[in-house]
Amino acid sequence: MAELTLKHAAVKAIYTVVPKTIYKSIDYPFFSEEEAKMFSKTTGIIERRVANANITASDLCYQAANALLEELNCRNDIDLLVFVTQSPDYFLPASAAILQDKLGLPTTCIAFDVNLGCSGYVHGLLLANRYLQNGGLKKVLLLAGDKSTISTHEKDKTTFPLFGDAGSASLIEYDAKALDWFLDAGTDGSGADAIIIPGGHSRNPYGTIDTSDFTSAPGVTRSLKHLHLDGMQVFNFALKNVPNSLRNVLNKADLSIDEVDFCILHQANQLITDSIRKKVKSSPEKFPSSIQLFGNTSSASIPLTICSELKEQIASQKLKLLLSGFGVGFSWATLLLNTEGVQTKLLEYE
Amino acid sequence: MEIIDFIKVIEEEFEDLTPGTLSPDSVFRDMDGWSSMHALIFVALIDTTYDVLLTGEELKSCLTINDLFDITNLKMSSGGINA
Repeated sequence: MAELTLKHAAVKAIYTVVPKTIYKSIDYPFFSEEEAKMFSKTTGIIERRVANANITASDLCYQAANALLEELNCRNDIDLLVFVTQSPDYFLPASAAILQDKLGLPTTCIAFDVNLGCSGYVHGLLLANRYLQNGGLKKVLLLAGDKSTISTHEKDKTTFPLFGDAGSASLIEYDAKALDWFLDAGTDGSGADAIIIPGGHSRNPYGTIDTSDFTSAPGVTRSLKHLHLDGMQVFNFALKNVPNSLRNVLNKADLSIDEVDFCILHQANQLITDSIRKKVKSSPEKFPSSIQLFGNTSSASIPLTICSELKEQIASQKLKLLLSGFGVGFSWATLLLNTEGVQTKLLEYE
Repeated sequence: MEIIDFIKVIEEEFEDLTPGTLSPDSVFRDMDGWSSMHALIFVALIDTTYDVLLTGEELKSCLTINDLFDITNLKMSSGGINA
C-alpha cells in the first residue's frame, strides 16, 4: 500500500459542469413506487443529470476547463493536462490530446488520459503533485469526468438509476510554501469483475461476442456492451478498505478525524458514505454529500461535491480536507489536502 | 451478544417493522418488499454495529435471523472484519 507525503503543490481552482437534463428516481419506469422510495432512501439519489447523446465527457470537461482558464487567465501557462476518464472520445488518440488543441493550450504542454474511475480524481491530484514538486513544471490542469450513462442499460435497475454525468477541471500550481499533503492508495484487481464493461475492447472485441440483451436477475437486463455492477461486492470492498485508508492518512498527518474540516468521499451511494462515516466515528456535517442531486458521477463526484457543497468555505477559509475515491479496479486513494482560497464554480452545460 | 439485542438492532433500523415482529426463526428475505437494497442495509448495519463485514456469499448462506446472528457471532469471536 502506497503512503506518501506530497510537497509543494496547491489547488487554486475547481470548476464543475453538469448537463441540464434531469432524471428523477421516482420517474424511472422500471421501479414500482415502493422500489423508487427504497432506492432513494438507501442510495440517497433523488435525481441526477444526464448528458444528451451528442455530448461526451470531454465536452463537459472542456466547458469546465475553458471557463476556468478564461477566468484565471492562465491558458498559456499550462504545462500538463491530465484527463481522468473511463469514457474517452475514441479508442485512440487520447482525449487529452484533443482537449489540448481545443482549449488552445501551448504545444509544449504534456497531455495524457488516465483510465481510472471513482478513485481517479485523487490519483489525478497525486500525479499533478508529482509533476510539480520539484518546480520544473508550474501549472497542471486536471480534468476528471465521465459520461457513465452511455454504458448503462435502461432495463438494469442496478446501474441505470445510479449514475449521472459530470465533468470537472482543477488547477494545481507549484507552491514552495504549500502545506504538505498526505496520501494513501492501493489496488485490488481481484475485484476487476465487480465493475466491468466486458465487451468492445481487445479481450472481447465486437464481432466475436453476442451483444444481444440477456436477463441475469429480475430487473437486471443488459448486454456485454453495458456496465455490470456487483453492488454487494463493491459495498464489501468499500467498507473493508476505505475506513482503513482514512485512518492511515490521518495517522500519517498526525491528525484526528475531528481535526479535519470536511471529509469528501466519492459519492457511490449514501449508505456507503454513512457506513464509512460511522466506522471512523464522525458526524454527518463533516461528510458533505451531493449524491441527492447528481447521482454517482464517477471521477467527477469529489470535485462536484466540493463545488456544490463547500463553495463558501473553500473560498474563504483555510481547510483540511480528507478526500477519498474508491471503486472500479478495485482502486482507491485517500488524500489529506490543505487548501486556502480555492475558487470554485458549478455550471450547467451550454 | 444476545439474540434479543441483535433483533432489536434490526427492528430499529427498519422503520416499517413493528417491534416484536421478528423472532430468531424469521426468514429475513420474507420481509415486505425485500430487495437487494435490504441486503446492503443488513451488511452495513452489522458492520457498523458489530465491526463484522459479511460477504454476499455469507449472507446468501443465511436463511433466518438466527443464522445471521450465528455467523456474526462466529466472525466476532474470530476477529471480525478480517476473519
